Amino acid sequence: MKKVYSRPKYLKLKKFHYCPGCGHSLIHKILMELVEEMGIAERTIGVAPAGCAVLAYDYLDVDVVESAHGRGPAVATGIKRVLPDAVVFSYQGDGDLAAIGTAESIHAASRGERILIIFINNGIYGMTGGQMAPTTLEGMRATTAIDGRKSDRDGYPLDLTYLLSQIPGTVYAERVSVNSPKAIRNAKKAIETAIRCQLDNEPGLALIEVLSMCPTNWKLSPLEACQYIDNVITKKFPVGVLVDRRRKVKKAVAENVD
Amino acid sequence: MSKKEKVLMSGNHALAEAGIRAGCRFYFGYPITPQNEVAEYMSEHMPKAGGVFIQAESEIASINMVLGAAVAGARAMTTSSSPGITLKQEGISFLAGQELPAVIVNIMRGGPGLGNIAGCQGDYFQAVKGGGHGDYKTIVLAPGSVQELADLVRLAFELADKYRNPVVVLADGLLGQMREPVIFPEPVKHLPEKEWALQGAKGRPSRFSRSLILDVRAMEEHNWKLQRKYREMEHNEVRYDSFMLEDAEMVVVAFGTSARIAKGAIKRVRKEGMKVGLFRPITLWPFPKKQIRELGDTINQFLVFELNTGQMVEDVKLALEGKGEVFFFGRPGGVVPTPMEVATIIGSRYYQKLKRKPR
Repeated sequence: MKKVYSRPKYLKLKKFHYCPGCGHSLIHKILMELVEEMGIAERTIGVAPAGCAVLAYDYLDVDVVESAHGRGPAVATGIKRVLPDAVVFSYQGDGDLAAIGTAESIHAASRGERILIIFINNGIYGMTGGQMAPTTLEGMRATTAIDGRKSDRDGYPLDLTYLLSQIPGTVYAERVSVNSPKAIRNAKKAIETAIRCQLDNEPGLALIEVLSMCPTNWKLSPLEACQYIDNVITKKFPVGVLVDRRRKVKKAVAENVD
Repeated sequence: MSKKEKVLMSGNHALAEAGIRAGCRFYFGYPITPQNEVAEYMSEHMPKAGGVFIQAESEIASINMVLGAAVAGARAMTTSSSPGITLKQEGISFLAGQELPAVIVNIMRGGPGLGNIAGCQGDYFQAVKGGGHGDYKTIVLAPGSVQELADLVRLAFELADKYRNPVVVLADGLLGQMREPVIFPEPVKHLPEKEWALQGAKGRPSRFSRSLILDVRAMEEHNWKLQRKYREMEHNEVRYDSFMLEDAEMVVVAFGTSARIAKGAIKRVRKEGMKVGLFRPITLWPFPKKQIRELGDTINQFLVFELNTGQMVEDVKLALEGKGEVFFFGRPGGVVPTPMEVATIIGSRYYQKLKRKPR
């Protein structure tokens, strides 16, 4: 009988510590499926963030270094400059990428670093217990905005992926979600495209923002959390390709015109 | 530049060249006076050597790029001056926790805060006590001349790799800006193998580098492991220099630029018959505790001279374990006293305590 599905080879045999309904385990899984399918396990180096995914090295069976909060793109820069043929990714949350690491992420894009940033946006600081994040939507409750985020008091949610997509050094930016089987398939395609940027030596940063569920801190059931992404979060952060500056694509388009 | 040619160079240029010759191919920096010439030199010469120069967006980013390059197995360095070194402390703590080799040069300036851009030694505590959060140490090397700055940058890379630990070269604005003749060593040909580096799990199981250890007993064990390494450094790596100590009745203890001024002062007071010598720690950490304690067996008078308000003097007192009398003279804020001024201080202390007018 033909085997059509199995646990990804490069996902370690270890029980996830993530909460039920959390998006991290899904994203870890599709990332490791891609590492296997694309045959890049021996050249992949990951950078784990501070946050729930700090223990990513317990699950991802590739070389992984832990980074200080927000510094992932700088650490990934150092690795990629030493090992230009490696596939280097920095896995970061919204607080990590869009608050404490804003400078590192914007300047990795501005330098056109040939790395992949996987940006997990769940609109909350998960590991520290549900504080307001730069991406917390107006009205969304957090332990540091218990009556919900108010723009006149707490400022506005920050769309960092949009900001980064405006920088010429970003070759590819796409926002996806993992709240349904279809969304997960799309997310996997997007991450594959982004990894391919490094294999094709595209001259810049690839960024995939994943709208992810945090039922624990959202105080929702796993199912309600999936629905919340469709009904609320994507209204502010719509999924789709924000920018595609890949040379390969440009070349293909130009050839078609001819 | 030929092999053994003597060249006139500023400290900043010399330390940059020394880094390249030590096999460093990855430099990440951020502009701050008085060490901008390092990045300028690196931007020109690093690509010629086949290396990478990045002017980062901040000192925080540059130290984390160093961490990335180090974990990938390369010799990497960054340089800055006092306020910038403060920003790097986060990364230095992570380097120490993850046991990664790196070289950090601090061309100190006056402080606290933005301070000024003159040479100063106010960052002694920060450098020798760890500097960032957590229970860790960095090796701290204190050069007293442009030649020694170049030599110690080479040594810094060797020690960093030997112990898998960050090494700080602690110089100041004077040494950075001063031009002196330097003879560089031959470029390093073979770099040590780093079997622990993350370069992709090819032909081996995957591995990781971390400083997060949630299990408190494992974290304690990691701390003790680091401490055992630090004890080994204390045992093997203490370096110091001395001048006219043989018959000395008083010892001036000073490092870096202040030791240089002190040497001039000692030459003056010697002419007046005062038996004064110099003890100059080259490794500020590990501190030459044993050597200073032994000096305390025969000498009673210690005068510590620093370009700050009194930092190394605490380590001298600790080393002496109550022996001898310790007197401190310091000029903070970037003021550089002349050898004559220091000679006056030494002289008055000498007469006061040893009560022997020269004939």
